[in-house]
Amino acid sequence: MADAVVFAGLLAILYVLFASGRIWFAPFTPVANISASPRALPLYAAYSLVRMAVAYGLSMLFALAYGLTAAKSERAAKIMLPLLDILQSIPVLSFLPGVMLAMVALFPGRQLGLELGSILLIFTGQAWNIAFSFYASLKGIPRELDEAARLYRFGKWQRFSELELPFAAIGLVWNSMMSVAGGWFFLMACEMFVLGQSDFRLPGLGSYLQVAAGAGDTRAILWGMAAMIMVIVLLDQLVWRPAIAWSDKFKIETVEGVPPQSFVLNVLRRSGILAAFYRVAIQPLSERVTLAVAARKTSHTKETNDAPNVALEWLGRATGAIVLLAIAWLAYRALLSMAELGQRELIVLARDAGLTFVRVNVSLLLGALWAVPAGVWIGTTPRVAKVAQPLVQVAASVPATALFPVLLLLLIRAGGGMGLAAMALMLLGTQWYILFNVIAGAMAIPTDLKEATRVFRFTGWERWRRLILPAIFPYLVTGMLTASGGAWNASIVAEYFHFQGQTLSVRGLGAAISRATDAGNLPVLLAATIVMSLIVVTMNRTLWQRLYRLAATRYKLET
Amino acid sequence: MSQTNYTPLVNDAAGGENGEPILEGRGLEKFYLQPDGGRVQVISPTDLKIMPGKILALLGPSGCGKSTLLRMLTGLSRPSAGEVLWHGQRLDGAPPNVGIVFQSFALFPWLTVFENVEAPLEARGVPAIERHKRALHILDAVGLDGFENAYPKELSGGMKQRVGFARALVIEPEVLFMDEPFSALDVLTAETLRGELLELWHDRKIPTRAIFIVTHNIEEAVVLADRVIVLASNPAHIREDFEIMLPQPRSRKSEPFETLVDHIYRVLTQPEVRHEAPATTKPAEIRTGATTPAPPRYLRLPHARAGGMAGFLEILADHGGHEDLHRLSHQLMLEADDLLPIVEACALLGFVSVAEGEAEITDMGRAVAAADIQKRKQLVRDALLAHVPLLCQMSSALQAKADGTMPLEFFQDLLDEHFSDDEARRQLETAIQWGRYAELFDYDSVTGRLKKSQP
Repeated sequence: MADAVVFAGLLAILYVLFASGRIWFAPFTPVANISASPRALPLYAAYSLVRMAVAYGLSMLFALAYGLTAAKSERAAKIMLPLLDILQSIPVLSFLPGVMLAMVALFPGRQLGLELGSILLIFTGQAWNIAFSFYASLKGIPRELDEAARLYRFGKWQRFSELELPFAAIGLVWNSMMSVAGGWFFLMACEMFVLGQSDFRLPGLGSYLQVAAGAGDTRAILWGMAAMIMVIVLLDQLVWRPAIAWSDKFKIETVEGVPPQSFVLNVLRRSGILAAFYRVAIQPLSERVTLAVAARKTSHTKETNDAPNVALEWLGRATGAIVLLAIAWLAYRALLSMAELGQRELIVLARDAGLTFVRVNVSLLLGALWAVPAGVWIGTTPRVAKVAQPLVQVAASVPATALFPVLLLLLIRAGGGMGLAAMALMLLGTQWYILFNVIAGAMAIPTDLKEATRVFRFTGWERWRRLILPAIFPYLVTGMLTASGGAWNASIVAEYFHFQGQTLSVRGLGAAISRATDAGNLPVLLAATIVMSLIVVTMNRTLWQRLYRLAATRYKLET
Repeated sequence: MSQTNYTPLVNDAAGGENGEPILEGRGLEKFYLQPDGGRVQVISPTDLKIMPGKILALLGPSGCGKSTLLRMLTGLSRPSAGEVLWHGQRLDGAPPNVGIVFQSFALFPWLTVFENVEAPLEARGVPAIERHKRALHILDAVGLDGFENAYPKELSGGMKQRVGFARALVIEPEVLFMDEPFSALDVLTAETLRGELLELWHDRKIPTRAIFIVTHNIEEAVVLADRVIVLASNPAHIREDFEIMLPQPRSRKSEPFETLVDHIYRVLTQPEVRHEAPATTKPAEIRTGATTPAPPRYLRLPHARAGGMAGFLEILADHGGHEDLHRLSHQLMLEADDLLPIVEACALLGFVSVAEGEAEITDMGRAVAAADIQKRKQLVRDALLAHVPLLCQMSSALQAKADGTMPLEFFQDLLDEHFSDDEARRQLETAIQWGRYAELFDYDSVTGRLKKSQP
């Protein structure tokens, strides 16, 4: 039985890959014809999923390589970590025109360029935090485990497969979940976009929803949303839950707790096909690699291996120098092009930045205002939490960009303006982070503290001030920090939108970036992107990190 | 139990001081260079030989540098100066053929017992079938039959440490290193494992030629070792090095055993005084003056809590004012490692005097024991200001400031010149704890500032 299910699953995956491959290598069609029929939806969903999967695979490879390099060399880490920090705060959608045009030019006459472009964009949205997580895990390997691996002369491969990867596994799984959820946001945005005069449209869920909303086709909108939610629930059940249940074995805790369960994982574990595949292919391969590495290592230590090391060292230095030079040159070109900007344009940018700043923070505040009480209520009432938590999870993972056309349609029908709509979209994308974290925080309040407040008769505001707010503070800061970054990124889509053949926009930094993208105005695009990155980095460094430290020292509940 | 017996590679009689050492440290040193050119000495130049056929115990208070010495000998950490010789050959980076057992077990939680034991063989390129045979064999020897497919988290502490032993022994190491291997276990389990280890060793059931154990537990060292090296701290240097002539198995209740433990107690409480060695020992090596370090430039605070000191004084007063420390540690069920810092701190503040392993309460000490909490704080405050330069410095600096506050970093920098980073941090923690108790100052961990206490 388990085998039949696994076999059917493999067939389905093969079919989807084949179908996607057919479009990828089809002739270049910038504007795909999007069918409004619900029957087209499964295939559209599959196309979107494949894009996501490829981008995620690339992100993982990148993260592993980046993390390993940075962890192995302190010198490299000095450059690589700040770089990652900056990359993380650059609004992804600013990359859109550059990446798309480059990719289309790279594969003339093939759809491949456009597809790869969208994949690269999703990649830039999800690679950084996985890399950070992996690096942090590598640095956090307990000293004695590291010493055991060194003393017993683990080779590079054995060290990676038996120490580094397993130790990082839990962090990688959780960050992958977050990354993929974030990836949907960008996938929806880059399946359909306008660059200057030209329209681009890839077949997928995002473009289906946008077309449906543009046409005001309520039935198609509902179908699209249902498909979206289906995909997210299925991903959760078929991928993330099994992954979490599986990664439980990598927990470093020394006593046994109650492990998370996954039905799908049990099916996979029971499957004879997979077990046979593991026995016949994976195990012997891993054995070969390990022995080969071990053999090479022993022959290595016998001879003096100073010479190749020196050569490698120089090669590394040369590569580093070339990369630095390339970065310097690009930065110089960017500065040159920005020098064309007049004073007036800079003032406009500053004003735009101010407007978006207000919008981002008002939406954060609104989000916190409803999410904190709601989260505390859900978190402290186990009966509610049981029902509400899965619902919140699903709601949170529906990408705001998918809902935006729908929301805009509603707001315009109800007579609201674009300014309101922009804030609504930011709120839509960010409130969940706050709610999630507050629920987690409220659930973590120890029972004895709750009992103590009851004994001391703290009620109402006093209870909030003395117990609840301090207890959820660290969680709230985490949620707000993530939400703040998300809101800035969302502003690019939220403040400027093509809808029903016209462009709706409000003034703001996000709109400035989108408009510059549309007009192909590189200097403004660069300047606006840099301003946005600077604001995000500064906010992180000054406000959020300080709150974080406060949370970690003063409001940490120690057990 | 397995039937294989490992014949000793070297005759025991020929071992000892006449044979060739397996591993030798020559002038091993650890120090940290300061940016201003000064250096913090953690371990003074130390010579050490690991001879075949012997169990060698390295004994000393915690934080004195025992583990660092072990790591330098195994090649896990590079000495700042000096060299490690493996069968007379200089050791360069790559670890020699040794096994190690850690206090924290350091098992890979995602690998089964079997895979954990197999991993070192895999690293050496041993093919699967051979690996299987050897791993099963050693698991059998340490009594882990039937646990091959369990994950470490399913096992009790004692079973985990058995896996640790199996993993260390599966590569047939010439030296088995152990870093406080029984300290994380409860008393009974630790005793069982010690007994089993001795049995395996004496019956030649384990393929190792020498054992090197680091411990802070005096009795453990005397139960196990053929030779004991006592390390004194700040900076670490060898204080005593002798062979134990008591036959195995050793009874903890026997007169010579207790005399020996008492002797080591004396050495640990008063490292600066020469003590008469019991007849059951003989000096292992004639040591030259090279291992006696220069006197420390800065007073090192023992890490004891002020409340602990007061409690100790009360108990000492109840015992009539003087007591044998070894006996006291037994009665209080405190290990030497927990008791000695308290005694040291009391001695530093002039509350007790220590001689020949006995503590004698002073008049000041009696006053503290008898006082109520406020009076007690007053007495401790006076003693701190009279005997501890660091607290004097902190207190007068705070007095001198108009707002009565100072950043802690200031004192951190001061201490960094004399201690390693870790030790400097612990010194400050102790100083803050004492200062708070005596109401000399308060410390705000959010702002990182010390604040003068309001009288």
